[in-house]
Amino acid sequence: MEQKTVILGVLGVDAHVVGNKIMEYALQKEGFKVVNLGVFVTQEEFIKAAIETNADAILVGTLCGHGELDCKGFRDSCIEAGKGDIHLVVGGNLVVGKQDWEEVEQKFKQMAFNRVYPPGISPKVVAEDLKLDLGIKDHE
Amino acid sequence: MNKTANHGLFIDFGSTFTKLIWIDLDAERIISRTQSPSTVDTDIMVGLNTALDQISALQGQALTFRHKLACSSAAGGLRMVTIGLVPELTVEAGKRAALGAGAKVVGVYSYQLTKKELQELENIAPDIILLAGGTDGGDRLTILKNATSLSHCNLHCPIVVAGNKVASDDIQDILDSGNKEYVITDNVLPEIGVLQVDKVRSIIREVFINRIIESKGLKNAEQFVDGILMPTPTAVLTAAKLLSQGTEKEEGLGELVILDIGGATTDIHSIGWGEPTESGVVQKGLPEPFVKRTVEGDLGMRYNASSILHAVGEDHFRREMGNSNLNVEKEVGQLSHFTDRLPESSTAWRLDAELARTAARLAMQRHAGTIEPTYGPQGQILIQYGKDLTAIRTVIGTGGPLVFSPAPKKILEAVLFSETNPFSLKPKRPDFYLDKAYLLYAIGLMSEIEPEKALRVAKKHLTKI
Repeated sequence: MEQKTVILGVLGVDAHVVGNKIMEYALQKEGFKVVNLGVFVTQEEFIKAAIETNADAILVGTLCGHGELDCKGFRDSCIEAGKGDIHLVVGGNLVVGKQDWEEVEQKFKQMAFNRVYPPGISPKVVAEDLKLDLGIKDHE
Repeated sequence: MNKTANHGLFIDFGSTFTKLIWIDLDAERIISRTQSPSTVDTDIMVGLNTALDQISALQGQALTFRHKLACSSAAGGLRMVTIGLVPELTVEAGKRAALGAGAKVVGVYSYQLTKKELQELENIAPDIILLAGGTDGGDRLTILKNATSLSHCNLHCPIVVAGNKVASDDIQDILDSGNKEYVITDNVLPEIGVLQVDKVRSIIREVFINRIIESKGLKNAEQFVDGILMPTPTAVLTAAKLLSQGTEKEEGLGELVILDIGGATTDIHSIGWGEPTESGVVQKGLPEPFVKRTVEGDLGMRYNASSILHAVGEDHFRREMGNSNLNVEKEVGQLSHFTDRLPESSTAWRLDAELARTAARLAMQRHAGTIEPTYGPQGQILIQYGKDLTAIRTVIGTGGPLVFSPAPKKILEAVLFSETNPFSLKPKRPDFYLDKAYLLYAIGLMSEIEPEKALRVAKKHLTKI
């Protein structure tokens, strides 16, 4: 199986590193090549790393509740950089307070994120979805 | 002097002067030094022989040396072009590798080369091209496209390929088909966040020794010396590293900075990792090389004196020099016409000192890292880009403007940390040393044969000011 490359990082002025490390470990275990940019990552840094590594997906973590603002225009920037068809995933505490999840999910889907995850999602689910979305079959 | 005496002759074929230093390796002292105009356009040996005659006349004896080692920055130095993919990633990594190999970076290109850029590249006619692009297993398209463009272009210089290893087999075929001379080596950026420049540096040095010396008209000199080992900036970098780290038996000075102000450029070398010195600071950006060299091509005391002036403005000079009527523009304009002239009037000396101070300050500002305060839900966060040099204890000055200055310390102090710009991570309380004998290149060369002795000679002859 060809190894797929995913870019991982926490977007914006956001220092929440624990989930990021867990996700890195989990995805590596599942056979992905993980390029972890760590915390305080800007949109540009995600996209530039994706170009240089020819990544298949970008996994954006956002924990501080500013996700909606920080993620704005992410897909457009990818298109501009020639990476318009890259698989975009976002997860974490996307918004402040208790909002209806379906509405939140819709908001991010409208920003052309392919997958949107609520807080507390199991890394296993993310990995399984990624395999499906990137066309990876186990035990080929 | 008997033939077996352990004496060494260390030569720097510079663009303006051929410099010699004669060192007694057993006594660990400098016996003599001299310089004579370089004659690289005709026969490099003419200038060298003139300098040798001078040195033997001074000593009143015929000369034999056990070691004769040279470095060179003649004929424009080692002129390199670097090509990569993303400007902040493989392009920057390639540029750092080239600078660290002592090159003069004369062109930097990112993404796929256009026809116009290729034409420009042909006009630049560099000595070496460094071709990077893609992390290992990452993007292949760009580096393959650029290799194809280079294979068709009208350039015959060696190409050092240091990009995505997955593309290297195809690159080999492409460059073979264009009859290009090339070396494929380790990727400068194998992964995001991993800078790997050492292998590329040593390959560039090999190419310099094997190929560039001949094309620079230095072949004749090679018969006289044991070897032209490296470009001059590499010799200075090698000395810097030795001085900093020491050897097994002789302790070094620890992390340090070397400031080299010249007629055409101002160079800064820093040896150290530059990790944050304050707690709670987050480091970002491309990792820093332990041995880092930056070259400011717009900050030269003669050829680029006017760009130093324009960087800070005439008023700054009038204020600092305490002369509100001075026509700084005119005075500075004169300098670029008489590039080898020392100041005569007291105004000219003061102007020179202020130019040097400004060059030193700006070059350090660009070399040192910065802190960017950012505000988030958790309050203020300090993000560091580049090296934190605030704790550096040793700053060494070299180059004509410092060595000939009546007040070198005042110039060196321009590199210091300032409360007015606390986010620029410059040295706070270093000791200053002056390389009065223009010795550093010789120490770099000598370290190839006798590193411990080289270190002791350097410690003995660098003057604390």
